[in-house]
Parts: sequence; C-alpha cells; structure tokens
Amino acid sequence: MAAPQPTPYRMPAEEANNIIKKITATDVHAWFGDNHVLKSITMDIPAKQVTAIIGPSGCGKSTFIRCVNRMHELIPNARISGSITLDGENVYRPGVDPVLLRRRVGMVFQKPNPFPSMSIRDNVLAGLKLTRRYARADAADTVENALRQAALWDEVKDKLDEPGTSLSGGQQQRLCIARTLAVAPEVVLMDEPCSALDPIATARIEDLLHVLRKDYTIVIVTHNLQQATRVSQRTAFFLTGDLVEYSDTDSLFTSPQDQRTEDYITGKFG
Amino acid sequence: MIFNSIAAGVARVVNGLGSGKRAETTLERLIQGGLVACGLLAIAVTVGIILVLIFETIEFFREVSIVDFFTQTEWTPLFIDKQYGIWPLVSGTILTSVIAISVALPFGLMAAIYLSEFAAPRTRTTVKPALELLAGVPTIVYGFFALTVVTPALQKVVPDLALFNALGPGIVMGIMIIPMISSLSEDAIYSVPVSLREAAYGLGAAKLPTIFRVVVPSAWSGIGAALTLAISRAIGETMIVAVAAGQQARIAIDPRAPIETMTSYIVNVAKGDVPTGTPEYRTIFAVGSMLFVLTLVMNLLSYRLAKRMRERGTR
Repeated sequence: MAAPQPTPYRMPAEEANNIIKKITATDVHAWFGDNHVLKSITMDIPAKQVTAIIGPSGCGKSTFIRCVNRMHELIPNARISGSITLDGENVYRPGVDPVLLRRRVGMVFQKPNPFPSMSIRDNVLAGLKLTRRYARADAADTVENALRQAALWDEVKDKLDEPGTSLSGGQQQRLCIARTLAVAPEVVLMDEPCSALDPIATARIEDLLHVLRKDYTIVIVTHNLQQATRVSQRTAFFLTGDLVEYSDTDSLFTSPQDQRTEDYITGKFG
Repeated sequence: MIFNSIAAGVARVVNGLGSGKRAETTLERLIQGGLVACGLLAIAVTVGIILVLIFETIEFFREVSIVDFFTQTEWTPLFIDKQYGIWPLVSGTILTSVIAISVALPFGLMAAIYLSEFAAPRTRTTVKPALELLAGVPTIVYGFFALTVVTPALQKVVPDLALFNALGPGIVMGIMIIPMISSLSEDAIYSVPVSLREAAYGLGAAKLPTIFRVVVPSAWSGIGAALTLAISRAIGETMIVAVAAGQQARIAIDPRAPIETMTSYIVNVAKGDVPTGTPEYRTIFAVGSMLFVLTLVMNLLSYRLAKRMRERGTR
C-alpha cells in the first residue's frame, strides 16, 4: 500500500480554547479479534453541538461512537485501548460502571428498534423503568416532554397505549429518540439514524437535531455527506480506522486539507 | 411390479440406453407417485383414527346420555352401579398436568434463560443436546422412577401421601417436559434480535432487567408455544400416571390421593377384560375423543403462537 501515513489530527489551539470539550478521545485503538478497526483516534467533541462522523463503510465510525458509551465491549472478542474522557473523567478508568455511563451517554441505532412487547408510552418510559428510576407521578410529564422533544407528540398523543411497533419507520425512529431523551442523557450518539428512513422522515429527524443541540451534545455517524453538511457544526472524516481530518463542517467540505478527504467528498471513492 | 419398473428405469438412465429422456420422466413420475402415496398414507391413517373415534363415540352416546356424560360427577362404568360422568377423569388429568407444568415452566424457563443469555457458547452446545436427551427416556422408566423413588422420598416430607398419588407422577412428568420447554423457549429467547438488547443496554439498563423486562417479554409468543405444546404433552402422557397415580376416578383436588386420568383409564380398560361392543368398552373412545379435542386445541394454540413468533421474527 502506497497510501501516505496518516498524521493524527490536532485541533488548532486558539480554536480549542473557545469551546467546552465534552468528550476527549486520546490514542483510541479498537479491535474485533485480530481485526484492528480503530487506529490511534485522538479528537475532542464539543459540548452542545452536532458533530458528524463521515466515511465509507467499515471505516470504524460506528465502532468509535460505540467506544464512547462502552457498547463496543459487549461484542465477543472486542478490545479497546487508549482513553476517552467525558467531562474530563476517563470512562475506561477501573471502577466506572458502563451501565451508569450509558445513562449519561444515550444512543440511537441505525434501525429503529422500539421494544415490541411495549406500548408507545412504555417505550418512552422503558429507560426509567429498566433502571429503577421510574416515578409514577412524573410519568405523564416525562412521556409528553420526551415525545414533544422528539417531535412525535402530536402524532401519537391519542394512541399512547398502542404498541410501539405499530408506528411507521420514521415515527419508530423518533420514538427511539424520545426513549433516549427520556432518561435525560448529556450526550446522544446516533449511529446512522436515518439510513432506514425515507427522505421525508429523514428531514424531520434532521430538523429535530437543530433543536436538540441546544440541550444535548450530539455525535452523529452518517453515510450521507449532505446530511453531515445540513446538521453538523463539526465533521470528522474516518478512513480504514484512521481519523483523516477533523474540522468545522464548512471548512471540511469547502477546503479539505487532506487529498483523501477531497477525493471522498467529491465522490472519487466511497 | 413397481420395483421392477423402477429398476428398469434406473438401468436405462444409468446405461444411457434407449430414449434416455423418456426413461427419466417415467422414473421421476414413479418416484413422485411413491412420495405422494407416502404422504397420503399418513393423512389416511389420521383421518381413519378420527373417523373411528367419531363413529365409536356416536355409538357410545346412543346408549349413554351425553348430558350425563358432562354433568355427572362419578365415573364408574366398570362397577355394577354404572355412572358415566367424565369430570373425575378430566380433573385427574388437569391436576397432574398442573403439577407437571408448575415444575416444568420455572425450571425449563430458567434453564432456557441461562443457556441463551449466560452460558458460554461451548456450554450451550453441550448442555442443550444433553437436556434434550431427557426427552428420549422411555416414559415407563419415568413411571417407575415416580413410583419407586419420588413418591417414597416425598412420603418423608408430605404427610398422608398415598403410595399412588397425583403429586409424584405430576412432578416426574414435569421433569420429563422440562427439556421441551427449555429447548423451545431457548430458541425463542436466543432469536430475540441483538438490536433490542443493545437498545436496552444503550439506555443504561443492567443485564438482568434487560433479560427479564425486554428479552423474555419479546420472546413471549415462542415461550407460549412451548408452554402449550408442553401442556398438550402432559395431558396426553400415559405411562407415568398409569404406573404411579393409581386407578381411583374421583373429582381430584387433593394431590396426595390416588387419582385416575383420562389416559390411564384408557390403559386400564384396554388391557382388561371388558367385552368389545359394550358401552363400558366404548367409554374408551368417548374418553379418547375428549382427550383428542383437548390436545388438538392445545396444539392449534401452540401452532398459532409459533406462527406469530415467526412473523414477528421476519419483520
């Protein structure tokens, strides 16, 4: 392979001073068995912004966000090294309970996955019920707030007792977002949340992201470059496990610094 | 003659002599015909059994009032004072089945959850077939196990337990159907999509709440199918109760006393010296019909639940 050696990206100091770092990854490596899927990822993710991660299939972008909430280690034979801090605290420090971490770092998955055995209401409350933080008195408010935040309330307010799986795909995904928001996380990780949705449902979720970033730190993995430009303030480009380039979204798409980034965003490969 | 023509067809194909194409189609037609015949035979036998049951049951009800059959509370067709109330036998069957299910469901379900969610892959692939071996033990062995091991052991802890009783055979029957419940439930639990488990973990749920409040409820229809099939098996189980439960038809609520189930009644009459053609003899068909209807309902229910699980699985 004659590809140039990747140089780990460093954010310019003056830029870094102006934002609050929510998540900092330092020299993160990840493996599935012998397959080295993330190579020395070092990046800061700013608070209350949308950070997009783009790159072709198999570049490690999903693996990276799954390292942030420690979902990566649930897969047999998966390993990780390096450190990821949330508000300055290393989430891989011994003594950190991944279960408690995931209550602060929520996740929305590629395919809408509402719990089929639960009603719409119970799906929203699932996180609280599963973690023993459910209070009957607040339930109605929690459900309404979460569904309003996910822009789903008006469509489902009259059928909260119907099964979550009775909704359309786009509604199901917004239900999953509501379910994630109901546990009041600080960070929401989204793993290609629109890849199974039609353009109209996708547009609704993108609109939603603009509102949600006022309250949450959002990291979104996407295949769709236009989506990254529409929703994110910062964009990271991953390629075969390396972080090739990371900057504010406008600069990355208008004046990429790396030839590989330019080739990818101009459609030469991917 | 059929074999000769098959042999001839094979020979022609193998040798490539004559019009090979026609030989092939003749052979194919023969094999196809043979397969259809095999399928038809199975259906014909089933239909035949049902017809005999229906015919003999109708004969039975010409001599015995159907109203008495369903309203009387005594079953004494072999005594001088003949009473034909089915409920003592039905209650005996229900009692042993309930005991069996209350043993098999918790143990079977826990085994299924362990195998699917906690066991290492190697444990799973060894223990599951081993557990299924339990289903291969002849039921007469279970019957003697109930009579000579379980009942004497229970007599030490349960006061007034008769030698022949519902409790011992019920428990042993439960042990017998544990693998049925565990194996089918394990399939159902294992096939719950990873995405649902991940959704629960992603919300900050620990392992146990994830299993008991997300995974198991999602596998509900599969577990229900396993349960109904197990109930149907318990209702139809014959040898264990015939050996160890006694022969006293009574409205049964006391598991310590001897009882008689529908199946063990049929065994007792069929092996005895009741003259054919008498109403006493035909009772076994009436009871058989009842049994058939009960298990059929259970199997249909199980089939529908399993179908629902498959439909949901592909969604």
